[in-house]
Amino acid sequence: MNTRGMHVGNYLGLVHGSETRLVDALTKVSEHHGDEPDVFQTCQLLARWSRGHIEQLAPLVEKYREQRNPEPDALEKALFHGPRSGGLGLVRDLHDLWLLANEVQLCWTVLEQAAQALRDEELEGVCQNCARETKRQVKFFLTRIKQAAPQALVVAE
Amino acid sequence: MATETRDSINDIWGARTPHGPDTPWPERVDEHTTDTPERWVRGTCVLCSNGCGLDIGVRDGRIVGVRGLASDVTNKGRLGPKGLHGWQANNSEDRLRTPLIRRDGRLQEASWDEAMDLIVRRSREIVERHTSGAMGFYTSGQLFLEEYYTLAVIGKAGLGTPHMDGNTRLCTATAAAALKESFGSDGQPGAYEDLDVTDTILHVGHNIASQQTVLWARILDRLAGPNPPKLVVIDPRRTFTAEKATVHLAPRVGTNVALLNGLIRLVIEAGAVDHAFLDAHTLGYDELRRTVETYTPERVETLTGVPANELRRAGEILATTRTLVSTVLQGVYQSMQATAAAVQVNNLHLVRGLIGKPGSGILQMNGQPTAQNTRETGADGDLPGFRNWDNPEHIRQLARLWNVPFDKIPHWSPPTHAMQIWRYCETGSIKFLWIQATNPAVSLPDLGRVRRILQKEDLFVVVQDAFMTETARYADVVLPAAIWGEKTGTFTNVSRTVHISCQAVEPPGEARSDLDIFLDYARRMDFRDQDGQPLIKWHDPESTFEAWKACTRGRPCDYTGLTYEKLLAGSGIPWPVNDEHPDGTLRLYTDGVFPTSAEYAETYGQDFDTGASVTPEEYRANDPRGRALIKPAEHQEPHEVPDDEYPLWLTTGRQVYHFHTRTKTGRARALAEAAPDAFVQLSEEDAARHGIAQDDWVLVESRRGAIIERALIGNVEPGLVFVPWHYGSWDDPSRPRAANELTLTEWDPVSKQPHFKYAAVRISRYDARAALPPKGLLGRAVDAARSLVGSQDEQSTTERSEFPRPKTTQRVDG
Repeated sequence: MNTRGMHVGNYLGLVHGSETRLVDALTKVSEHHGDEPDVFQTCQLLARWSRGHIEQLAPLVEKYREQRNPEPDALEKALFHGPRSGGLGLVRDLHDLWLLANEVQLCWTVLEQAAQALRDEELEGVCQNCARETKRQVKFFLTRIKQAAPQALVVAE
Repeated sequence: MATETRDSINDIWGARTPHGPDTPWPERVDEHTTDTPERWVRGTCVLCSNGCGLDIGVRDGRIVGVRGLASDVTNKGRLGPKGLHGWQANNSEDRLRTPLIRRDGRLQEASWDEAMDLIVRRSREIVERHTSGAMGFYTSGQLFLEEYYTLAVIGKAGLGTPHMDGNTRLCTATAAAALKESFGSDGQPGAYEDLDVTDTILHVGHNIASQQTVLWARILDRLAGPNPPKLVVIDPRRTFTAEKATVHLAPRVGTNVALLNGLIRLVIEAGAVDHAFLDAHTLGYDELRRTVETYTPERVETLTGVPANELRRAGEILATTRTLVSTVLQGVYQSMQATAAAVQVNNLHLVRGLIGKPGSGILQMNGQPTAQNTRETGADGDLPGFRNWDNPEHIRQLARLWNVPFDKIPHWSPPTHAMQIWRYCETGSIKFLWIQATNPAVSLPDLGRVRRILQKEDLFVVVQDAFMTETARYADVVLPAAIWGEKTGTFTNVSRTVHISCQAVEPPGEARSDLDIFLDYARRMDFRDQDGQPLIKWHDPESTFEAWKACTRGRPCDYTGLTYEKLLAGSGIPWPVNDEHPDGTLRLYTDGVFPTSAEYAETYGQDFDTGASVTPEEYRANDPRGRALIKPAEHQEPHEVPDDEYPLWLTTGRQVYHFHTRTKTGRARALAEAAPDAFVQLSEEDAARHGIAQDDWVLVESRRGAIIERALIGNVEPGLVFVPWHYGSWDDPSRPRAANELTLTEWDPVSKQPHFKYAAVRISRYDARAALPPKGLLGRAVDAARSLVGSQDEQSTTERSEFPRPKTTQRVDG
């Protein structure tokens, strides 16, 4: 397949970078909030999932020539301000993780659309697998944010 | 005249009354009195979760004994060692008799008015300054239904705080979570009666012989009769239960999901799947089949250490049996992937269609006598009547019932679970913590942390108990509580059977029932409904029960057909009891219809790996409408595993003679003498490797803390050590010995139950003489030890060379 003139590599670079930034942010948040055992354990687990996504990208990068993209770095700087301390800090950190994970989610959606147009089952399968787990990451952040927000915003520590 | 129909200390389960599946379980009445009773008062045993019917013998205003109730469906007259002896704690000299208030750093006697005024003043100040989100309640699995319900209404509709949970989070939260995930609501599908007729019993992480001795006697009677059931036992230790197993599988701690996936795979491979049942009554089987495909016996052996041929033997029994009762307890609930593993037991039954039929049922067990009621009433991080926090119609039902605004009831996320309540105390956002009938300074994980939290300057701690527990020593206010035998109320066992337990004697001194204390608090706080009327409209146990009945109408735990009068007849009656089922309901789901429909379900479910909530929209999009949900899980390695620094697994557990932190059983002489102290059980291999002999002192260390125990060698796999968790410092402050000094602060993502069943530790021989500091330093060392265990006592036993031997012919580690 002649991949010249296609922009799949652009998005592979974007998702690669975004997943890498997510792993980085998850690791930082998990270590910083070690006294919140569920946040620590779950962020470690979710980071493992994202590392798995990056591994699944390898054969596709080969095929579509990934174009390294500096945007995710900038995005992490823009979206991830953590890690911060205290109840409110935890909500803000989880908030940023939610934003980063949604960025990842959108990348997988865009790539899955392209995979369908390309009739590339391998790419489509990877996109679906990874998107499914990314969705679970997003849902965890949302559940934990909803739990923590009332206490963090209303009751002083 | 004293009576003792049997020696329950040395003969734990008593004489056999064998029977086969075609004949009823015979009666056998056990009795123990220290004097001839003048009268007998209807009661129910609270010293394990079984809920045995009994009568309380009274003479001269004191309890003098107990007698099993022959008419009761739960025990047919039998009582276990704890039931036969534990009542003696009621008569202890060291019962709390007056309220205590901390003044100048010391707890000092006070009047009820002073104590309650202080509690109310602090409650008001804190709510005023910080909202009710600064108020937390940590209750129990030991109170009565009426007390929990009153507490739940105070919390949810009076104060409006989401922070209420119980120690049931440590013992039974996973039972509830697993039932909700599979069947849409809490409620045990099976009944004890299924044990009388079943062909096969599967005990998963449940040492029933030691924990529910009367229920085990029921099984022993089947084993001794014609056509006995086969027994499959999953437990890493060779327990009393495992000794009787047809097949005993001993997995490494923390590997339950892998093992159960392997068993389900074998059942599928054997072609034993009930496809008609699956098609008609379940959702999700295909995903389960795909998930378990890779769990071959060989892979399971690698993951769990269970030999492949042993797994095959168990798989064959489970694939061929015509009926099956499974029971699950702490080996699953307090371990890695708790809910995911407990759900696989549900899945096994669904795959085989063995549910809702005589001889086929699931008992996701409870650890405590009244834990089921903590869950039903919403005193534990659930909503009353198994209502769903994420379903606005369910909140509206409660708002109407209590006549309070919809938004008064916290429903923006699940009620706060216990471990999070403690975390909020630690970070300072909960400033008031009211603890009832439980002893977190011994029972929570990582006790060093718990002591630091209890001592926080900015946390006002109220402890309501019958004794000066390790926890009460840290309180700002101590309220003396009446206990079993001194108050009336109802409670429900794991077989959904409701019992009444009546007041037989007056409480000591000024002690009051928990219900009276809560009612007094509500009165003084002046909680009102929307019409300006008192929020709490009941005044005694029976009127509370009537209010509770209204709360359960139309819900799975429907009590509307029950009355105190009916319960006093002395049989025990399983819910639901209503117009349709006036005499109760033996087993649920006989029609294969489960409470999963979106408008009725207690939960919309959670992600097993992360705890993320399924949204109402997602749930409604695939509304199961009465089908059970089959949810698979992949094995995950435990979070802490042995390494070079901490090379052994620790697991913790209970002993037959004690209940919880020995608050009662440690005060009943025969029980205390049968199991006088903690120990560390280790294998001969590990003992030899560390130069440890039987009865040597052993230092056991984890990343959280250290304890010193006598060595008990044998009956455990190499690489694993076991410490019973009952023992704190109230009767022996000489050394750190509570197992929970070592355990981990972490929990299951779904049930939020802490992981007490594994931690990495190291051991070494501890020479007490060599460890004693030189003269002059001794006083300081003893002071340090005393402050470590939070003791005010003068006693020291560091130097004693003799120590009390267990006065029993039975294994104390069984």
